[in-house]
Amino acid sequence: MSSNVNVGLTNVSPETHPLTWRYTQAGKAVLDIQDYEKLEGYSALKKAFTGMQPADVQAEVKASNLRGRGGAGFPTGVKWSLIPMGPDAGQKYLVCNADEMEPGTFKDRMLMEELPHQLVEAMAVSAFAIGASKGFIFLRGEYILAAERLNAAIEQAKAAGYLGDNILGSGFNFELFVHTGAGRYICGEETALINSLEGRRANPRTKPPFPQLAGAWGKPTIVNNVETLMNIPPILVRGAEWFKGLSQGKSPDAGTKMYGISGRAKLTGLWELPIGTSARELLYTHGGGMADGLDLTCWLPGGASTDFLMPEHLDLPMDYDTIMKAGSRMGTALIMVVDNKQNIISVVRNLEQFFARESCGWCTPCRDGLPWTVKILQAIEQGEGEPGDIETLQQLTRFLGPGKTFCAHAPGAMEPLQSALKYFPDAFAQGIRADA
Amino acid sequence: MSTANSSNSSTPYSALIATEKGAPFALTEAERHEIEHAIHHYEDPRAASIDALKIVQKNHRWVPDGAIALIAELLDISAADVEGVATFYNRIYRQPVGRHVILVCDSIGCFLTGFDELYAALQSKLAIQPGQTTSDDRFTLLPICCLGACDRGPVLMIDDNTHFNVSPSNLDQVLEQYA
Repeated sequence: MSSNVNVGLTNVSPETHPLTWRYTQAGKAVLDIQDYEKLEGYSALKKAFTGMQPADVQAEVKASNLRGRGGAGFPTGVKWSLIPMGPDAGQKYLVCNADEMEPGTFKDRMLMEELPHQLVEAMAVSAFAIGASKGFIFLRGEYILAAERLNAAIEQAKAAGYLGDNILGSGFNFELFVHTGAGRYICGEETALINSLEGRRANPRTKPPFPQLAGAWGKPTIVNNVETLMNIPPILVRGAEWFKGLSQGKSPDAGTKMYGISGRAKLTGLWELPIGTSARELLYTHGGGMADGLDLTCWLPGGASTDFLMPEHLDLPMDYDTIMKAGSRMGTALIMVVDNKQNIISVVRNLEQFFARESCGWCTPCRDGLPWTVKILQAIEQGEGEPGDIETLQQLTRFLGPGKTFCAHAPGAMEPLQSALKYFPDAFAQGIRADA
Repeated sequence: MSTANSSNSSTPYSALIATEKGAPFALTEAERHEIEHAIHHYEDPRAASIDALKIVQKNHRWVPDGAIALIAELLDISAADVEGVATFYNRIYRQPVGRHVILVCDSIGCFLTGFDELYAALQSKLAIQPGQTTSDDRFTLLPICCLGACDRGPVLMIDDNTHFNVSPSNLDQVLEQYA
């Protein structure tokens, strides 16, 4: 059973849906290399390896204004430009962050399960651009089907000469491995991921140095998300200008985005839409609205670590800067809708329990502050909050906020809490003991 | 142990660990081979620690004490380092588990669509708490973070299989697939 993808969309073509058109046109997963090649597959790789220099590929990606699709939205071309190039740069690595564990996010699973070759091709051309002779797909261990299909795709690509030594006579060598994890959300943090890849506990590393200079085994390393990478082959085939036009004026950002819906909506699933599409269009035009008898209370724009937004925010274009200005983050852009039958305190408690358990324990504010947060929320949920608990929660949102911790885990955890405190003060107040 | 440690020619540390616990543990040739193969993917043998633990676990369902020391020897790192890795990752089991491990997603996507009811039904049906194994050794019940199928929740995994839209009403059909 697969996710619903692009339900109701018509005219899905390579010009409009660079990520999903093959899947939608084939009506099924594109697993065989010949089927993928018939659908323009490996044409970006052929173009890059037979007619372009690494600097050309980098320039095209930079010009495309592609921003990281893992949640942070950092410009991919800028990230790449920080890696040392030239004959003395030595061993470098390209790592695909396929450790999709952000609650509410299921886009990379679909992309890898249905279109494994597009990721393999993307990694080969991206590795060429940054001069990395070795690549790893850091895949969460639970994605069994994705692992099987990626490994099969890698074998086929090797046999076809798209991976390995002297690819298409370019003199460039690239070896690609699937590394499967053993759990822990924190592995999605770029430097924790590198520690995990090295066989260590997945504690984040100090930055600087940034991975571009000292990453895996101390060597220059680029870590990119699955969806980010899978945009690279179409950018090389059709060009940066075409990519920028994909947002159809809805946003200054470029390209399409895998948007999604979960929670109690009529139709849940994934849609590839111009970046900057509004959540209203996503939820009501594509998702059919809320399930029967339910109303929308609030929504998370892109994962557990994003601030809640309200129904009044539904018309905003879903792009990085607009959602940021509204007080949240676009994150992974798969929205989660909270309906009016949910107790908002229970929802926040569930979110914070997740973050408390998944803290790696490295720094004190996160390790101790998150369980404290959960304890207070549990009390409020049961109507047994003490006077001062709400103020303590507010203080925790500051003490666990940006700049107070080693990585973004605890600040991310505070986003849904701080926004719930802002939008639902009465729900919190009702959980404080009246007799205290 | 103090005397044996002073000699570099006699019993290796790993064998001492294994016999102290009264359960001699040895890696099979196939396991050893698989671990050595994994080492070649990386710059440094240490990087294969998670692979090695998973290779042992695939055959034994969990990672016995003796395996920790043997893996350490094979990767040329300390047993404490291997143990540190084994205890960090929630998918490495350092205690015996049942024939089938049920991983129930307890993250927000499934929470919004009926996780509480499913979790309660599982606990009452199996008569165990999370973290426990049924007395017939059939199932171990564990929570897990978001399984990346929030559009089809509630979701759970049993062994290598992901089950979507699981509810108390179809739970029996799911469980009966596992003997």
